[in-house]
Amino acid sequence: MSYLVHNYKAVPSGWRKILYLNWPLILLIVAVSMIGFLMLYSVAGGSIHPWVAPQVKRFGVGFVVMLMVAFVPIWFWRNIAGLAYFISLVLLIGVALFGQVGMGAQRWIDLGPIRIQPSELMKIALVMALAAYYDWLDISKVSRPLWVFLPVLMILVPMALVLKQPDLGTALLLALGGGAVMFMAGVSWIYFAVALAAGGGLVATVMLSRGTSWQLLKDYQFKRIDIFLNPALDPLGAGYHITQSKIALGSGGWAGRGYMQGTQSRLNFLPEKQTDFIFTTLAEELGFVGGASLLLLYILIVAFILMSAYNNRDRFGALLTLGIGMTFFLFFAVNMAMVMGLAPVVGVPLPLVSYGGTAMLVLLIGFGLVQSAHIHRPRRT
Amino acid sequence: MSLIKRGNENGVKSVNRRALIVFGAQAGVAGLLAARLRYLQVDQGAQFRLLAEENRINIRLIPPARGLIFDRNWVLLAENLQNYRIVMVREQAGDVKAVLDRLMEIVPLSPRDHATVLKELRRRAAFVPVTIAERLSWSQLAEVMANAPALPGVTAELGLSRHYPLGPDFAHVVGYVGPVSDFDLKHMNDPDPLLQIPKFQIGKSGVERKLERKLRGFAGTRRIEVNAVGRVMREIDRHEGQPGANVQLTIDNGLQNYMLARLGTELSASAVVIDVRNGDLMAIGSSPSFDPNKFVRGISVPDYKDLTQNPYLPLADKAVQGTYPPGSTFKVMVALAALEAGLVTTDETIFCRGYIDLGKQRFHCWKRAGHGRIDLKNSLKQSCDVYYYEMAQRVGIEKIAAMARRFGLGDRAPLPLNGIAAGRIPTKAWKKRTIGESWRIGDSLNAAIGQGFVQASPLQLALMTARLASGRALAARLLKSIDGVETEIAPAPDLGLSPATLDAVRGGMFAVSNERHGTGYASRIAEKSMLMAGKSGTSQVRRITRKERARGITRNLDLPWKRRDHALFIAYAPFDAPRYATAVVVEHGGGGSHFAAPIARDLLLEALYGGTPPLSAYPRSQRTRIQNERDKLILRDPASVVPAKDRA
Repeated sequence: MSYLVHNYKAVPSGWRKILYLNWPLILLIVAVSMIGFLMLYSVAGGSIHPWVAPQVKRFGVGFVVMLMVAFVPIWFWRNIAGLAYFISLVLLIGVALFGQVGMGAQRWIDLGPIRIQPSELMKIALVMALAAYYDWLDISKVSRPLWVFLPVLMILVPMALVLKQPDLGTALLLALGGGAVMFMAGVSWIYFAVALAAGGGLVATVMLSRGTSWQLLKDYQFKRIDIFLNPALDPLGAGYHITQSKIALGSGGWAGRGYMQGTQSRLNFLPEKQTDFIFTTLAEELGFVGGASLLLLYILIVAFILMSAYNNRDRFGALLTLGIGMTFFLFFAVNMAMVMGLAPVVGVPLPLVSYGGTAMLVLLIGFGLVQSAHIHRPRRT
Repeated sequence: MSLIKRGNENGVKSVNRRALIVFGAQAGVAGLLAARLRYLQVDQGAQFRLLAEENRINIRLIPPARGLIFDRNWVLLAENLQNYRIVMVREQAGDVKAVLDRLMEIVPLSPRDHATVLKELRRRAAFVPVTIAERLSWSQLAEVMANAPALPGVTAELGLSRHYPLGPDFAHVVGYVGPVSDFDLKHMNDPDPLLQIPKFQIGKSGVERKLERKLRGFAGTRRIEVNAVGRVMREIDRHEGQPGANVQLTIDNGLQNYMLARLGTELSASAVVIDVRNGDLMAIGSSPSFDPNKFVRGISVPDYKDLTQNPYLPLADKAVQGTYPPGSTFKVMVALAALEAGLVTTDETIFCRGYIDLGKQRFHCWKRAGHGRIDLKNSLKQSCDVYYYEMAQRVGIEKIAAMARRFGLGDRAPLPLNGIAAGRIPTKAWKKRTIGESWRIGDSLNAAIGQGFVQASPLQLALMTARLASGRALAARLLKSIDGVETEIAPAPDLGLSPATLDAVRGGMFAVSNERHGTGYASRIAEKSMLMAGKSGTSQVRRITRKERARGITRNLDLPWKRRDHALFIAYAPFDAPRYATAVVVEHGGGGSHFAAPIARDLLLEALYGGTPPLSAYPRSQRTRIQNERDKLILRDPASVVPAKDRA
């Protein structure tokens, strides 16, 4: 207690906080976003319309929001973690009741001038709430069944709401992100082994539910799974996404076909080329060198986040940082696995690169929290 | 209470250990992804590239033929000409610069075009055909084809381009097409994939623009398989598009041609001729005009500058877009309003002493000496202003405005033309709303002689005259048929005016043209079966100031062009069985009876005879002069246009 209060005085204040930002991380974020702008420019056929201009605008706004979040002391964020979780949950319920239906799913909620996707907010809020929970919880209790049940509930309730929308990708991200925070907080291995077994059972149940009256997934989701397992089933129909995206990736070769020269993306073979499938364009045009470089940049971001957490002696700050790092990791890993045919098409954007406002904003808020934890970490004098 | 609620140093160690495990797992997944990427791109890359290239299924749009536009006699006004263009595919050409240089020996390109083509070739993907030159002559085409081995990647394509055979005559009505621009794309909000074709031509003005959706048609598609060098291997399937609809206008090409030539004798003029029986617009002319064919290819900067800087505004369609104070032609409306309200009789006379005083203000009659005792018929015939000052005070602006609206003034006719002007019929409420001042009696006096706030377009004045001649609320019609289906003629209900009222005013207009001292007497029709009725108007652009009077400028013609009065004339004929009505405006022409009336007469005669009228239709004393004027007009040879239906 006295140790932290004492050291709190060593925390930078005012504009000096700028000097204590995690600058390498910021540079990496900007670099990846720039790659995103370049790809959106290419996808639009060499034009800043219709995607680059709004994306740059959103990035600018998000960047400012990130700095604002970063400059607010981390203890403020801890104190409102529960509230943030609660609000996100209410919004999720709101979506379920009054949300906008778009593209066959109910994900949006209209709040006057802005439309938000509460499921995106929840990705951050859940991590915050879990970090705050484990910060509050005595370390000796973390593996007691009752104290494990509570965070599991915190994960499952929003997950169920998101699944109902239906948004498989986000549900997966919530489960894995929340699980990772629990794991890093020190919950016993045994629980994870049990969860894994239960997950396997769930998958079996879901697959068995197909065609019955209590079918747990929509038909198109089942179809996507089938086609994921065997894309050849329907190369010009629903398997089209995966086949075409693999062809696009593959035709890129070692060095790619050259910037703005991708035939697959240019000829509109690729669906949603500006959002979920943008990586295929990048890999087609910039080749393995480009794709691997982006992957490296992503891993560097995760590594810098981990290092920041490693040097942070505040349990909330460290857990939050790690949780956000994990969420970010899941974003790009699931997206890349999806376009490379390693995971079913679930609709997760490529972070900082795909066209889209909410995802960009949420990621930058997440990075803002990481920065806040970094700036306001306890220091030895 | 401390800001930091709790710090738990023991926990941190465990976080670190577990975090490393998680990072290890993350790095493992990333490694897996990298390996997969390498497998797909490097190990299997060659195979996938083959897949991408050998089976590159290309969807090509088949642009539909744009709908044709005809006049009322099925004479072509807008057609599609076949033309050959040369396209180059960069990846087949190899050394683009060398190939282009060789090509330029056959098809010369301006340095600017050369630079544009090179830029376009660089910007587009390597396999996209880029147009190098359009509208090739047959010999150029043959030469290119003969030299094909030396010109890799160069092919000729057949295309259609818009042509307007009658040129400037229909520049305003038919309008023109031009290449779709980024601006168009942003504002049209049209998802049609055709618009994405570079330089696809869409209607930019007139009927071409207003009926764009109907004329354009719908694209067909062709799915083709192409190989690695872009050669078309086979066509997989083909869906024919739907060509655009053919449109027939109510305009008569002969009358239109005569109108443009006749208006061309003035610096800047416009006119409309309308069929009194059904509202068909027979001719709509605005002079000077321009050649719409120049716009099809994208007009050159100096040409465009010439058009925009011309003080007589060739680009504007003055017949429907221009509004002018209608001047004395508006007295017809005031006379109708006064008679219909029972506030004056045809026998009553008003004394004109050349002016009336209203408070401190003096309102002059155009005839300073005054007309003396004058009744309704003579007030129209001699266009006495004082008579209408009196009427304005008796009737009031609201009733005058209501009458004008009944005749279509202040109203936008629903025709497929750009920027149709609504004109303006002022009321008390209008002035309060827009100027914020209350209506004054002086405003009514000005309005009664068609000055002040009143504004009308030639189209509106022609429609007004047609309604007066027929006594029915005719609607103007420009589209005669679309794809052979006759467009409906809007029902023309009775105007609801008493026959006595209409006859009194028509009688006044008859006197204008056919009685000695009538303002239009000099421009009468001599042929007894076709006598016309008209009304002149001279609308002041600005008053001649006291200073100018002091300098000796008392006559309109002494003023610079821009400040001279507009000359107007409305007329219909034959008087006893009205067939055509017209309105003519000569911008800054001077007196309406002098400058606009002869044009109105010529137009009505041309329409009535369906061609050049015999000289016997003119008063004997004018025939020599008319013949001289006629010889100077440059008209199109009527034999040069043949109705397309006959050709087929």
